[in-house]
Amino acid sequence: MSSVRVLVGTRKGAFILTADGKRRAWQVSGPFFAGWEIYHMKGSPVDPDRIWVSQTSGWFGQLIQSSRDGGKNWFQPGAPAGEAAPAWPAKASNKFVYDASPESGKPLTTHQWYDGTQHPWEFKRVWHLEPSLTDADTVYAGVEDAALFRSADGGESWHELAGLRGHGTGPQWQPGAGGLGLHTILIDPSNPQRIYIAISAAGAFRTDDGGQSWKPINRGLRSQYIPDPNAEVGHCVHHVAMHPSRPDVLFMQKHWDVMRSDDAGDNWREISGNLPTDFGFAIDVHAHEPETLYVVPIKSDSEHFPLDGQLRVYRSRSGGNEWEPLAKGLPEKDCYVNVLRDAMAVDKLDGCGIYFGTTGGQVYGSADAGDSWAPIVRDLPAVLSVEVQTLP
Amino acid sequence: MASSTTQIRVQLPYHLRNLAQAGAEVQLEVLAPISLRAVLDALEARYPMLRGTIREHETGQRRPFLRFFACEEDLSHQSPDAPLPEAVASGKEPLLVIGAIAGG
Repeated sequence: MSSVRVLVGTRKGAFILTADGKRRAWQVSGPFFAGWEIYHMKGSPVDPDRIWVSQTSGWFGQLIQSSRDGGKNWFQPGAPAGEAAPAWPAKASNKFVYDASPESGKPLTTHQWYDGTQHPWEFKRVWHLEPSLTDADTVYAGVEDAALFRSADGGESWHELAGLRGHGTGPQWQPGAGGLGLHTILIDPSNPQRIYIAISAAGAFRTDDGGQSWKPINRGLRSQYIPDPNAEVGHCVHHVAMHPSRPDVLFMQKHWDVMRSDDAGDNWREISGNLPTDFGFAIDVHAHEPETLYVVPIKSDSEHFPLDGQLRVYRSRSGGNEWEPLAKGLPEKDCYVNVLRDAMAVDKLDGCGIYFGTTGGQVYGSADAGDSWAPIVRDLPAVLSVEVQTLP
Repeated sequence: MASSTTQIRVQLPYHLRNLAQAGAEVQLEVLAPISLRAVLDALEARYPMLRGTIREHETGQRRPFLRFFACEEDLSHQSPDAPLPEAVASGKEPLLVIGAIAGG
């Protein structure tokens, strides 16, 4: 019988929630890496027992953790627990060094700082880990300050795909309130040379040559809070989602506005429609219905909580514009949590399960595509990320 | 011929202790002269999972929220190549790696 494994990253550790295909009775394991910020954890589509974790700390910096048995045991790639220390100097799984070589084209040394001055790129943390769709040893990492790294040895060593920072607009990128983070990585399942990424606050970018060269794909985005609302870069894209059966169709939750592209990001149009507010962070697509979308409207960029204290997921079954509130089982009042950009995911079971985590420590699940919800856990630390694995 | 190494005591903060799967205090054979750099090199060689957590990979700079103390002295701002106090170099006193008390 199929089962699901929900990977939850929080401010104070990682948790794994498991259930059979009915998704009624849940087992909670963790905290793993207790006390550390877990920005993201994700399993390999090639080998679901292989999971990578971004473990960070203001005191101790970045670590990468990995499991080969579905989260029962963990190790830092290259330094497995209980084994003899690798020879010095060895690879370092937490070493993210920006490419400054002449071979990378136009290596950039600065981006825009909050006050408009130029600021050198400084690695702070890994926001998102995206395992390859075809190779169990290859993983991509989106980092702050914004850059894309790739590991081809299971996370033991990382190399920047420097063409992204090197294509020319880097000095115009500037950090959002949460930092200059590369938070979204979407690999085209029909064309492994095509990858989409998104950065706050720079915008969305696409490569068609496996990461060597990149182009901004922000035409149609309009951001009234930047000097040129229609600029090529500078937009605060919060998250982008794609259905694997239609990789040219993209859905975006921008700072304000929910957007759609039908041509691989070359052009965007707004699909906010009747949403009560089009500010938000999370967005995802139904596993079996590529025109069914989910967002969690948040009141505003000044007040990061739901409208009127009512937590609502909104669903569109028409690819946008027409939205319906989904409230059954969600708090009706006094709810002032946020749902962060990487904190929503869908499973692939019949009836498509939807999951999201809140900054109040709840993880909600729906086994019926959003019609009804129930909390899986209520009192975790603030949830930073949620991913789901559908297991045979 | 006498060995030129000394057994140095290092106390790690809670999270690094867990990461290294070590006790509250580790003992390291360190080649003289005994400096902060020599001790950290020995620590990271024995516990490679700690690399990058106390000092930056590229620059070797101490991470900002960590401090080095010994013999009731803050050694954080001294040169990494300066000799450590005799009590540390002789193994009588431990070198303390301390995390700032901050955060939620």
